[in-house]
Amino acid sequence: MNPDAYIACLECDLLHRRRPLPPNGVATCSRCGALLYRTRRNSLDRTLAMAICGVILFIVANVYPFLTLTYEGQEQETTLISGIIALYHQGMPVLALLVLATGIFFPLLELVGLTYILLPLKYNRKPWGMAPIFRVIRNLQPWGMTEVFLLGILVSIVKLADMATLVPGLALYAFLILIFVVAATSASLNPDIVWEQLTVDH
Amino acid sequence: MGTINGRSLKSGTAAPTAARAGLMACHDCRLLARMIADPKGHAHCPRCGAPLHWRKPDSMTLSLVLLITAIILYVPANVLPIMHTTYLGKTQSDTILSGVIYFMTTGSWHIAIIIFVASIVVPALKLIVLAYLLISVKQHATSRREERTRFYRIIESIGRWSMVDIYVVTVMVALMNLGVLASVEAGWGAFYFGAVVVITMFAVRSFDPRLIWDEMENQR
Repeated sequence: MNPDAYIACLECDLLHRRRPLPPNGVATCSRCGALLYRTRRNSLDRTLAMAICGVILFIVANVYPFLTLTYEGQEQETTLISGIIALYHQGMPVLALLVLATGIFFPLLELVGLTYILLPLKYNRKPWGMAPIFRVIRNLQPWGMTEVFLLGILVSIVKLADMATLVPGLALYAFLILIFVVAATSASLNPDIVWEQLTVDH
Repeated sequence: MGTINGRSLKSGTAAPTAARAGLMACHDCRLLARMIADPKGHAHCPRCGAPLHWRKPDSMTLSLVLLITAIILYVPANVLPIMHTTYLGKTQSDTILSGVIYFMTTGSWHIAIIIFVASIVVPALKLIVLAYLLISVKQHATSRREERTRFYRIIESIGRWSMVDIYVVTVMVALMNLGVLASVEAGWGAFYFGAVVVITMFAVRSFDPRLIWDEMENQR
């Protein structure tokens, strides 16, 4: 039996024979319904385009003002990072670190990492450290929470709307688009296109 | 033939699983590898280098320890204020629950529901479902395997949304920073709540749903 012709369900361990799928197809476990593998049309090109787009939006979202609050003649301009810095100064360094990691650092690392891996692959080259870097990216994926961050931002806006005037900045719009780009990046990625580049010696 | 938790898997008419076929599935790249361990007893994926195990190591113990830690921290997370708002000369402290009530009384029903589900329902659901999964595996339950696997999948995917209140505090702290006029300060409740979210995410990820199915393999 050639193990490469099979795949095991990670949730119930059942073995399945790998079968070719139509484009954008999904194979699920026949016993417990877990995702086994999937195919994506032009996975490399689409994921790469989305990842690069995401990196650019990330820079815009972090450099430009995010929200400006006006209250009694005073103006408070904020960027994405200023809340994290404020938390740090209020004696909450661990909380600041948690927000920095899940809201900014991990999602950015995923987009930059995917670009680093997929760009050389597009030109048939293998980037240095491909396997460990891709493993890190895949394992960090559940810890990138940009969409939850956005929901938190929207809730705060509603909460503050009665007290003060809020003017959205360029970064807020960039962040809004970024959520869709991040979602599209994970939706277009078929991880097998990277793993299949690695040779196996059984 | 593989062994799980020291018990060997009997061959027979049971479902064809990777363990039964003497194969270990790589959690990272999904390669199936024959069981080969280096002299120290560690196995690594021949393709991507990830550590290989029959089942997640110390799955039950680790998951249980993290679950108990999360349950303990759940108390200060809900009792202590997550933020202190100073506005018009008055300081008000809000817990997770009083935040929900605030939105309810001000008529923002949609926001109240979002926060209620993300901050109260989801963490409680995760703790209860994970406890149920751990007990059912410990008691060698054989029924409702599909449902239990589905429960696992649900709590694994929804956990992240509990972070929403942490982000609300962060944004409030950033925006309401006008000195004596109006300011928001993060409270220790937010710290404990963040800890609960992170620890329950680790607790769920430590649990190996294949243990739900192994019992059946051993019985036949």
